[in-house]
Amino acid sequence: MKNLHPCFLFMAYISSIMSLPDANGKYGRYGGKFAPEVLMPALEDLERSFAKYREDDRFNAELNALLRDFAGRPTPLYFAKNLSEMCGSRIYLKREDLVHGGAHKLNNTLGQCLLAKYMGKKRIIAETGAGQHGVATAMAAAVLGLQCEIYMGTEDIKRQKLNVFRMELLGARVNPVDSGSRTLKDAINDAMRDWVANVKDTYYLIGSVVGPHPYPLIVREFQRIIGSETKKQILATEGRLPDAIIACVGGGSNALGIFSDFIEDRSVSLIGVEAGGKGLETGEHGASLCAGTEGVLHGMYSKLLQDKYGQIKQSHSFAPGLDYPGVGPELAYLVDSGRVKVDSATDEETLGAFKLLSTKEGIIPALESAHAIHYAVAHANEWDLIVVNLSGRGDKDIFSVAGVLGKGVI
Amino acid sequence: MTLADKFEELNKRGERALIGFITAGYPGIDTTVDIADALIRGGVDILELGLPFSDPIADGVTIQRASESSLRAGMNPDVYFDVAARIKGADKVCLTYYNLILQRGLDRFVTDCVSAGISGIIVPDLPVEESEPLQSVCNRYETDLIYLIAPTTTDKRMARILDSASGFIYVVSLLGVTGARDRLSDVIEPLISRIRRQEAAMNVNVPLAVGFGISRPEHVKSVCQFADGAIVGSAIIKLIEEGGPSLINRVEDFARSLKAATR
Repeated sequence: MKNLHPCFLFMAYISSIMSLPDANGKYGRYGGKFAPEVLMPALEDLERSFAKYREDDRFNAELNALLRDFAGRPTPLYFAKNLSEMCGSRIYLKREDLVHGGAHKLNNTLGQCLLAKYMGKKRIIAETGAGQHGVATAMAAAVLGLQCEIYMGTEDIKRQKLNVFRMELLGARVNPVDSGSRTLKDAINDAMRDWVANVKDTYYLIGSVVGPHPYPLIVREFQRIIGSETKKQILATEGRLPDAIIACVGGGSNALGIFSDFIEDRSVSLIGVEAGGKGLETGEHGASLCAGTEGVLHGMYSKLLQDKYGQIKQSHSFAPGLDYPGVGPELAYLVDSGRVKVDSATDEETLGAFKLLSTKEGIIPALESAHAIHYAVAHANEWDLIVVNLSGRGDKDIFSVAGVLGKGVI
Repeated sequence: MTLADKFEELNKRGERALIGFITAGYPGIDTTVDIADALIRGGVDILELGLPFSDPIADGVTIQRASESSLRAGMNPDVYFDVAARIKGADKVCLTYYNLILQRGLDRFVTDCVSAGISGIIVPDLPVEESEPLQSVCNRYETDLIYLIAPTTTDKRMARILDSASGFIYVVSLLGVTGARDRLSDVIEPLISRIRRQEAAMNVNVPLAVGFGISRPEHVKSVCQFADGAIVGSAIIKLIEEGGPSLINRVEDFARSLKAATR
């Protein structure tokens, strides 16, 4: 090996990262397909169909038109002047909050609904936590003429009434899930059960880079557009790559979406910010990468919040989109390999960032995205040029923030 | 006695295997042994003892409720193996999800099974693609890793599964999760003959037991026309859910009526 030019070793390293997942759906030791036998043939079929249509010109033309005209892409890369002045670094926001529906989720649901349609499936099922993925699924299903059912925990239904109503308006049926912790993980359990029973005509549309292979790959590829746009935009305005890209991490779809095109650009620090909830030391958080251990949940080997026996613990975050006791396997791999750094922001810190962005920039961020804003502001002095993925807008969170602040909102 | 021996012995007597499932720790940790004993007195040949997991994706509402209740009552793998060791008089297999096996350590989990007299392990979220690590530990301790075959399983996958399988094959009778159903699925007979053809072509002979949705003696009777055994789970859990003073007797009577249908 010592005779090889360092460039060659670097290229070999890059190609090893770029070719992930491997043929077994693994990212290092993470990922895989830990699914019931009934579903295995469907996962194989999905893998083949995705490989076929992602190279298909008609499919890509149709998807690109939807992303442009229906979703509103490309989204701006916005220079946050006031925040930058306050922090002393140049901070840009990738405005995924301006995607139709109010979050990056639609990038993935349009891709997967179109894939489902090309595969001849008539019925879409999905799980949702915050309701953003449910709404994005309902929108994509409506525009593509597909039947749609959404599983949602009754605890989340209480927290996100507005999104439940939006889904219903969009023609979806919302199935309440009253088992376990009545949140996202239980909604995933029930959606998987539905898929097991209806696997022949139903497409299960997972909303994040989680689940059995090929879902983490499919969702990453449909979200990759966030990073590829960001790269073009920052080169056009600043003439160089950013020093750091910061994104919040629940399952990890907005983070991998913006990171993926920068993995090989080693000068760019990639930072994921998890839900610190009431503080990592309290055990009440959603920080699987910061504080979790390895195990199998929902078809994947990844980092999880679990007890010593392997029972899955309840996660805690006031941002429902980050309230999940697992994380995408590729992120677990990228963190282990040192390419992605992780940290967490508590509910309290996040609330500060939520208010700050609203008053300084006139943008009410999703509570999820406010985790990344907090990190950017707290660490701004470490870099000159920072991009934060503003993954969603905060309208959905108005009522819960009002509750936390003790203000009545009708 | 291995599970293969058990099926052979039953076959010689002109019987099929009755496999009864209960969730360990439901409705309580101590009552589990009484209920298991009643099932065995009633004629259950193989007891499938579920070690509950917080997120049982392959199970329907009945077993999920039982799992949640058992976990609340304090069930964990340590307690589970104590309870399992106290159950005598039938072959025992463990049904659980892969994360619980992983966290205990594969070696420790399988040796704990052996010490508790458990001769096989069923893991509904561990397909053959991912089973090699556990399979090799099971081989080392002569414990059967029991695979599932579903109506959607392709011939190619079936061949791979049969190549690794021992003990018996858990034939999933329908597209869906566990749970009692009124009608028996009509895919069972063609699925069983497809597996038998594959077995013949590969010259292997792993017994086939059918589960999911089998809740009545007439279901058992019908399944036993083509399969080597029938697995009843949710129907037993439902009976336990009803509770009442004569529960143990009713469980025993139910098992007896199911067993009669295997003869």
